[in-house]
Amino acid sequence: MTSFRAFVLKEFYHIFRDRRTAVILFGMPVLQLLLFGFAIRNEISEVKLGICDLSHDHVTRAITGKLLSTATFVARINLQSPLEIGPAFASGEINEAVVFEPGFAARLQRDGAADMQVITDGSDPNVSRIVNGYTASVIQDYLREQSGDAPPAGVVAVPVMLFNPELRSVYLFVPGLMALILMLVSALMTSISITREKESGTMEVLLVSSLRPAEIILGKVVPYMLLAFINVLTILALAFLVFGVPCRGSVVLLILESLLFIVTALSLGIFISTITDSQQAAMMISLGGLLLPTILLSGFIFPVASMPLPLQVFSNIIPAKWYLIIVRAIMLKGAGFSYFWQETLVLVFMTVILMTASVRKFSERLQ
Amino acid sequence: MNGFSNSIAENVRRSINIILVILQKEFLQIFRNRGMLPIIFIMPFIQLLILSNAATFDVKNVPFHLQDLDRSSLSAKLAERFTGSGYFMLTGESFTGDQAIRELVARRADLVLVIPRDFERDLMTSGSAAVQLLINAEDGFSAGVIQGYTGQIIADFNREHQFPPQVAAGTVVPEIRIKSSAWYNPELNYTHYMVPGILVILVTLIGLFLSGMNVVREKEIGTIDQINVTPVKRYQFITGKLLPFWIIGLGELTLGLLIARLVFHVPMLGSYWLIYLVASVYLLVVLGMGLLISTVTETQQQAMFIAWFFMVIFTLMSGLFTAIESMPHWAQTLTLFNPVRHFVDIMRRVMLKGSGLADIARPLLILLACAAVMLALAVNRYRKVSA
Repeated sequence: MTSFRAFVLKEFYHIFRDRRTAVILFGMPVLQLLLFGFAIRNEISEVKLGICDLSHDHVTRAITGKLLSTATFVARINLQSPLEIGPAFASGEINEAVVFEPGFAARLQRDGAADMQVITDGSDPNVSRIVNGYTASVIQDYLREQSGDAPPAGVVAVPVMLFNPELRSVYLFVPGLMALILMLVSALMTSISITREKESGTMEVLLVSSLRPAEIILGKVVPYMLLAFINVLTILALAFLVFGVPCRGSVVLLILESLLFIVTALSLGIFISTITDSQQAAMMISLGGLLLPTILLSGFIFPVASMPLPLQVFSNIIPAKWYLIIVRAIMLKGAGFSYFWQETLVLVFMTVILMTASVRKFSERLQ
Repeated sequence: MNGFSNSIAENVRRSINIILVILQKEFLQIFRNRGMLPIIFIMPFIQLLILSNAATFDVKNVPFHLQDLDRSSLSAKLAERFTGSGYFMLTGESFTGDQAIRELVARRADLVLVIPRDFERDLMTSGSAAVQLLINAEDGFSAGVIQGYTGQIIADFNREHQFPPQVAAGTVVPEIRIKSSAWYNPELNYTHYMVPGILVILVTLIGLFLSGMNVVREKEIGTIDQINVTPVKRYQFITGKLLPFWIIGLGELTLGLLIARLVFHVPMLGSYWLIYLVASVYLLVVLGMGLLISTVTETQQQAMFIAWFFMVIFTLMSGLFTAIESMPHWAQTLTLFNPVRHFVDIMRRVMLKGSGLADIARPLLILLACAAVMLALAVNRYRKVSA
């Protein structure tokens, strides 16, 4: 036991001896959460609108004014003819173009119908779809105002937005950032620590010591677990204090689940280090191999349920996906443990498998 | 005179020779390392093939829970419209309010439709009735889309059943007919939009990490001192270090473009030459940055942390996944210093819109400036003396 304690202490010295790495380890997650928490949004705003008004009458002016009065559209750019739309799209000057046919107001008056064209830049499908919807609803609003407000008729839907009534994307992204940062820091830290011992040859020294393989692995995990735990606390504090993300469920449960996730990530890092021989390979796998899958397949930005079925199945092996479900359930929905014991079990299961595989790999080297 | 120019030619020849020797050494080192080869040459493309399908803001297969408290023929018809719409998957039915919330919390439903008692009677007598939609708004964006879907369905239902009863005959309701079209990508295909961007990230990852770890690795194992005592000049050393990764980067881009073309059928409206021109400048930025990281750090671990830090920032602030336009202004200004943003932007514009050199002149100039600054800093920081 004393040799184990000495080993854990040695790991601590290793980490803190190198001031720069220590600063990076604690400062980086904070900086990233702050930056992204403020900067990453998926609300669409400031769409650059090009107006090609071939009619120049009171109706087209009214509609144009109504479009530009919403927060969605900015920077009206006047186009003299539809021929200018192509170049304006190519140079990125506009995201949407609206064309009013000549004699717009007159036709609306005489025939009761007039044509307009809404052209969006489909190279960004998301913006294109939403902007199109906004434009249509602004024009519906205009027509309704003109005809005088009629009392509601037919089936009327009363939508209730639960858990996030203001539809703030911060609520969605802060838990995702937590998962991303913890995953990468934890996996990266441990994968390096073991491969470095391999590369510098000190692993042989450890292997002939009285420590058992399981103890060596545990000794590697404990210090980094403490470090990552401090990261969790700072990140959570920022989420509450700076971004005002609520925690409707139990904070203790949230911290416990975060600890579990850290252990999963750490054991993934250890597993990576047992299958690689150089720090380079270990780092490339834990960064190059984890960065994009964690962003894309965890439900951080893109909803998993909308992905093709094979990808939905594949996303199950991403630990961050399960952690994200748990964190959102606790923070936003105020759910209790009975709602996500299965997700918790998956994380436990992953940890056990990764740990066992790592210890196995390790023991093999011994023989 | 003749002798003088001869000696210049001799010097240039010798210099090129030295660079070639370093180049050969670097390539040998890369290809000797069997563990790294699949990571450099296979992992990025597996990711490109798999992950490009994941990035979609489409909202499909929404789990849907029904509470039909009226149980009339009209309420059944409305419910049928929801289940038959293709957007929603019915996962259960219940008759108490508590159960609806439980379903939402347990993720068995993202939408609950509550049709109140007397729905049909109200509709027949007063011509109007309300239904409640409980939407899981954790993901505010998807919630908005779901609300949009339900709006369509209910409007269709009202039209079919003639609610509201037709406005008194004779009055013409003015109508503005909107013809919508999406240029460049009429089917709004997400993979066309994502593949060029993800390819940029992968090329950047490989370039930044390989060059970032390279020099610092020689420092760690001590071979840098052996090179420092040779007559190899600074620029020769750096050229020899960067050129292999530059070539690998362009190679990866080529393979990625092939996959984009053959597997994802991403159109190529612009010119490949333009892409390669930009890529060759862009890789200089990335490699210069890697080299700079490598020269200011002492261990591979430090180098990796810094590289990782920038990589995450560059990726999330590039406009690849979330639009730059939706960021606050200060963040939009920050992204101007992000080389990844410019290359993603250029790739998309050239491939999907056929933008030419004049259209992308501004981001290209920014990239050129970045390359100059990065390389100057890196060369300046690299000293042939060990600390």
